[in-house]
Amino acid sequence: MRKAPEPVHIIKERRDKALAALVDGVPYIRTLGVSFDRRGDELTAVLNYDDKLIGNPLLPALHGGATASFLEVSAIMELSFAILWDEIESGRLDADGLTPETLPRLPKTIDFTVDYLRSGLPRDAYARARVNRSGRRYASVHVEAWQDNRDRLFAQATGHFLMPERG
Amino acid sequence: MSQTSPPSAPDKAKIARQFIEAIPFSKALQMSLDEIGDGLAVISMPYDEALVGDPRTGVIHGGAVSALMDTCGGAAVMSHPEALAATATIDLRIDYMRPATPGDRITARAECYHVTRSVAFIRAEAFDHDGTRPVAAATGAFTVTRG
Repeated sequence: MRKAPEPVHIIKERRDKALAALVDGVPYIRTLGVSFDRRGDELTAVLNYDDKLIGNPLLPALHGGATASFLEVSAIMELSFAILWDEIESGRLDADGLTPETLPRLPKTIDFTVDYLRSGLPRDAYARARVNRSGRRYASVHVEAWQDNRDRLFAQATGHFLMPERG
Repeated sequence: MSQTSPPSAPDKAKIARQFIEAIPFSKALQMSLDEIGDGLAVISMPYDEALVGDPRTGVIHGGAVSALMDTCGGAAVMSHPEALAATATIDLRIDYMRPATPGDRITARAECYHVTRSVAFIRAEAFDHDGTRPVAAATGAFTVTRG
């Protein structure tokens, strides 16, 4: 007999808890003011606008470093959540009571190249990352960031990451 | 040496310092300008738990190091004798060679090594207490706005 499907709220709660544990563990994400929207396993990072993110007060425009940080945070979270997803969906990890000690280790950035396409406006920004290759040791991730129109990117980046050793 | 072409080098350094220290995001990361002039800039920032990227190790996030490199690269461009006024990053590549030691101040040193009519090229390195082994290296291109 086929197992009855899990109730939808149980599934959502497990995934949201896992994502929250991952995000809440990283102080720099809070410092930047980044939050994540989740649709299934798809993440959209949101850079919630704050005056402290400005790099050129005369324009004004977002700081290139704030943009770079936002893109790198998005890329690492995309990779980390993909790893965590496998762990909680397979039942190897329990989404309840996840701590930095019990969470899978984070990937380490090897290199990161940011392409600044237009100046970042003083308002919220969004980013989605795509894992182009994820091997046992290395991963290559591309990230795109936009503000008003999804098709008008203001920055994009490609990074390579060293994957954590898996138990 | 000619004194006729305004602004003079010390004035430019002063303007650059004021400009850089007034940048909100650089302020938020507590960056301070240590040296500037002739296309060279040294900017550092203290270790802060708010910058941590890996809670298990306490190592600061690569993004914070990128922000320091970007600011330092921009400062190097602004201090170059041929570049004037504001600049914006066109692209920046960072190589992370090793994790910065938790608790250590991070110091970036950037050099604007070539300027064309519209583009300035920089290279930079970042160090923790160990000044012989960089934690990260960067290369970048910045816009040049001529006065």
